[in-house]
Amino acid sequence: MSAFLFWIFALLTLIFGAAVILNRNPVASALSLVVSFLGLAALFMSLNAYFIGIIQVLVYTGAVMVLFLFIIMLLDLRAEEGRRINWLASAGGLAVALIFLGQIFSVVGHLTIAHKAFPPLPGSTIDDVRNIGAALFGNYNLPFQIVGVLVLVATIGVVLLSKRQPR
Amino acid sequence: MITLGDYLIVSGILFVIGFAGVMLRRNLIIILMSLELMLNAANLSLVAFSRFRVDSTGLPDYDVQVFVFFIITVAAAEVAVGLAILVALYRARQTTDVKDISSLKF
Repeated sequence: MSAFLFWIFALLTLIFGAAVILNRNPVASALSLVVSFLGLAALFMSLNAYFIGIIQVLVYTGAVMVLFLFIIMLLDLRAEEGRRINWLASAGGLAVALIFLGQIFSVVGHLTIAHKAFPPLPGSTIDDVRNIGAALFGNYNLPFQIVGVLVLVATIGVVLLSKRQPR
Repeated sequence: MITLGDYLIVSGILFVIGFAGVMLRRNLIIILMSLELMLNAANLSLVAFSRFRVDSTGLPDYDVQVFVFFIITVAAAEVAVGLAILVALYRARQTTDVKDISSLKF
């Protein structure tokens, strides 16, 4: 895996991730999130997790982002006008985030395995989908079915929530 | 040479971006997007550890990738429910600003 490509995609992910929370227009935020997730999918593929990368593109940049854009267009949200900002609360939130960032840097810096390179894989191609499928339907069959029930419950819940209540 | 630490740092910065979005923004849709960023940052560090920990057959740890698959599924369900709540809220109050929704505030 090329180091150059890693830094390109990492910067793409981080810059557009920051654009999500810096944009005032919700549509621009949603489109930045699409680019950020595409960069993240490329990072997954650079880790030889091809199946997860494909799922990331299909589920997030395909389904979830269409849902976000649909809701933004449906509610006709405009860019929020500059309201009075509570500087004390904002500074507090930013301080907590920065302290958390410092904590992550210090933990990763002291982790000995974090300075090792990734071990090489045996072949040039690995049977990614086959191995995940074997684990999913073998060892993790019960959790898989429970997740199926969860998705069903979410579907019914969404239908109930968006039904107009009779007055 | 790219090490495990580089991926962990990228994942940590992405998580902090999402965290700052939840703390600083007041639009509920942007807060939901920031939640997605945080979930994906966790996924990135999980996949990096999966690639780092090769087992005796020399393959990555696929149990972790199954876990990431479950996280993606639950996150998709969570977004659907969250946006449905948002639409119901907008229908009742005509706003998506968290500052305007203070009925439960003590």
